[in-house]
Order: sequence, then structure tokens, then C-alpha cells
Amino acid sequence: MKTLIAATVFVLLFGAQASRAQESPYMVTYDHYLEEPGNLEVEYFSTFGTQRGGNPFVADWMEFEYGVKAWWTTEFYIDGQSTFSDSTLLTGFRWENRFRLLQHEHFINPVFYMEYEQINDADKILKEVEGHDVESDNAEPNALARRDLNHELELKLLLSKTFNGWNFAVNPLFTKNLLPSEPWEFGYAIGASRPLSLNASANACNFCRENFIAGLELYGGLGDTESFGLHDTSHYLAPVAAWNLPSGWTVRLSPGFGLNDNSHQVLLRWGLSYEFAGFGQHISSLWGKRQ
Amino acid sequence: MRRNTIWIRTSVSLLFAVCGFLVPASAQNVGNAPATDHFDYAELTKAPAKARARKNPQEGNTEAALVGRKLFMQHCAECHGATADGGKKAPSLLVDQVQQATPGALFWLLTNGVVRRGMPVWSKLPEPQRWAIVIYIKTLGPPASRDAGAK
Repeated sequence: MKTLIAATVFVLLFGAQASRAQESPYMVTYDHYLEEPGNLEVEYFSTFGTQRGGNPFVADWMEFEYGVKAWWTTEFYIDGQSTFSDSTLLTGFRWENRFRLLQHEHFINPVFYMEYEQINDADKILKEVEGHDVESDNAEPNALARRDLNHELELKLLLSKTFNGWNFAVNPLFTKNLLPSEPWEFGYAIGASRPLSLNASANACNFCRENFIAGLELYGGLGDTESFGLHDTSHYLAPVAAWNLPSGWTVRLSPGFGLNDNSHQVLLRWGLSYEFAGFGQHISSLWGKRQ
Repeated sequence: MRRNTIWIRTSVSLLFAVCGFLVPASAQNVGNAPATDHFDYAELTKAPAKARARKNPQEGNTEAALVGRKLFMQHCAECHGATADGGKKAPSLLVDQVQQATPGALFWLLTNGVVRRGMPVWSKLPEPQRWAIVIYIKTLGPPASRDAGAK
């Protein structure tokens, strides 16, 4: 195990160069841009949530995002959470794939999203809100919630357009617990964002306006096949901001606010990511393909 | 030494298997082939006439070439090489096909990418930044081809 970790860290630190990221600020919404082929982006995110009828929590997750092709990005997540006055635990993993459906840029650019999740009921990262997810679901003590393990398939259609520097994205969401008795659940995420400046400066700089992207996202549940609609659903509105540093680091921040009584009042999210250029080539060379 | 290498290979293999990551398909292009032999530039000719005819709004802006150079180093050099003479993943931009292409055609290609051949779309870069990259690319060729492309 130590060797495995050491090898990975070695490749990450010394084998690959940093790549200047141009990441979107969204926490929940996806635009149509995929990871550059061969690049690996390692991301850490954290969500602090208030909880009525229970204790506040901090839910963390790690993402490993890899560009397999220019039209295919694959991503692996590890989720965990820590509830105040309760416990800290890992809550599961996710494996996500995104496929660009059209070769060129169009008026609207569709990307097909498919994810398999193996998470328990103690998962609180709220990376998406679906079906009749409500705040009270997360009030259950960890010891009880962790007993229920869910296998879920999540499908999204990522529709996105960039116009005059503005990105607009709409993501309808369809989730199925793989138990036959469970219904399909629905949700949505909508986002808009824009760099603070469309022009770049000639010098590398950390604080130039073009390095900052700000926006807004709205997301929530839409019920399920048995009771479609807005009743007993939760919804959030969240300003989002990203700071893309020339060194390859990206910092994201998003204070989210619940829009109805079923929602957490506050979801404060932040994230840190780093993109490694040419990671795939370095792994390949490790396997004996000399460059 | 050999044992260490086997350990590293096994470990990385396990890591990818566990994570569900595939050994990078893009790495299949990493061979010993010369930089530009296996690339073609046909995609440039696919730019619609309207796109090809677009003028670079930053033409003549000397600052734009410096901006373009910075952006090229940040986003393009990784594949096309720091001197734009091509790499294992992407072709040279110094050849006539590129240097004699119109700024509009280069802008179109940058915007749309060549997704099936591994070049991502770059419409996430704002338009002024993409035009600045086009200006910079045009400064890399001989003067004659620059003039030809600008016409």
C-alpha cells in the first residue's frame, strides 16, 4: 500500500507538469467542457451545512478527473463527512463518465453524463439534489444512516452554451436506485458564469481580472416517477466564484442558500484543485513505452 | 532495481483498476513517430467560408501578440510544443497549411477543436483571447506566409 501511494505521489509530483487550468466556477452544474486528453485534475471539495433538527456537518470529497479522449472524461470520487457531536466516516464512491455528443461547437452543446454511485445514507456532499431529497433526510445519526447502502445510476444531459464570455448551462438529472422497487428520481441544475475580464494581460499574473470567474447556480429536486413535481423537494441558489491561478491551481467558493423550508438554510462550499498536464503520457512511459 | 520497477508498475496498475480509470487511450499516440507525419491539416479546410472570411479584430495590435504568446504557452504548448513545431500529441503550427490559413480559419479551428483527433474545443477562452492566440501563431511563420494568411 505504501508503495502504491509513493508511486502515485511520485508521478504526480515529478512526472507531470502543471497545466494552467481554465476551470468553471460551478459546484453542482456542469458545462460542456471536458478535461484535456491525458491531463489529470485532482480536486478536493468541502461543504459545510446547517441542519435543523440535527447537527451541522462538514462533507468532503475528492475527485480524480482524467481526460481519456477529447470527447470522453472519466472521474472517480471518494465521499466522506463529519457531523458535529456525532462521527466522521467515509460514505462511498462514485464513478462518473462524460461523453461529448457532437464534434463541433453548436448553438447548444450536449454532453451525456453517466455515473454509478455506491454511497450510504450518511452521504451529505449534496453534489446533486434529486427526487424528494429534503433537509430532514440528513438529520439521522451517522450510526443509523450508514447502514443503508445504495447503488445508484445517475444520468444527466449537460446542455451548455458560451456566448460573449457568458456560459449558460442546464442539466436535467435522472437517477435510479438499482433496487427494482425504487422509482426514477428527477432533478435539475442551472448555471451562468462569466470571467471578470474577457481580455488577458500579456504578463503572467495571479490577480488579473481574467483569472476570476463568477456566476450563479440554481439546483434542486423535481420528485420522482411516482410523484413528479415540486412538493416535498428542496432547492438552492448559490453564487459561485473561481480563481484560476497560472500555477495550475484553482480555488472555488460558493455560499448556497436554501429556497424553501425543506432545504438546508446554508451550504457553504469551497474547493481546491490542481491540474497535471501529460499525466497519461507519464503513466504510459512507466509501462515501458519510451517517448 | 527491477523489483522496484515491477512494484511501481503493479501499484499503478492496481490504482487504475480500482479507480476504474482506463490506461490512457490518448497515450496510444505516444510512439516514436515523427511529430507531424501522422497528422493532417484537412480540418482547417473544413472551416465554413463565412468563418474563413472573418477578420481578426485585433490585427495590428502589437500587445495582442504578447498576450497570445502567454496564452499559447499556458494552453497550447503542452501539445504543440513551446516553439509550436509539434509534439507527440499535436502537429506543428509552423507549416504552410497553418501559416497560410486565414485568421478566421484558425479562429474557427481553435473554437471548435478537432475532437475526434484529440484537440479540445477552446471556446471556453473568451473571443479576444482566442484572436490573440491566432495573432501569435501568425507571427511564427515567415513574413510571406503571414501576408498570405492575412489576405
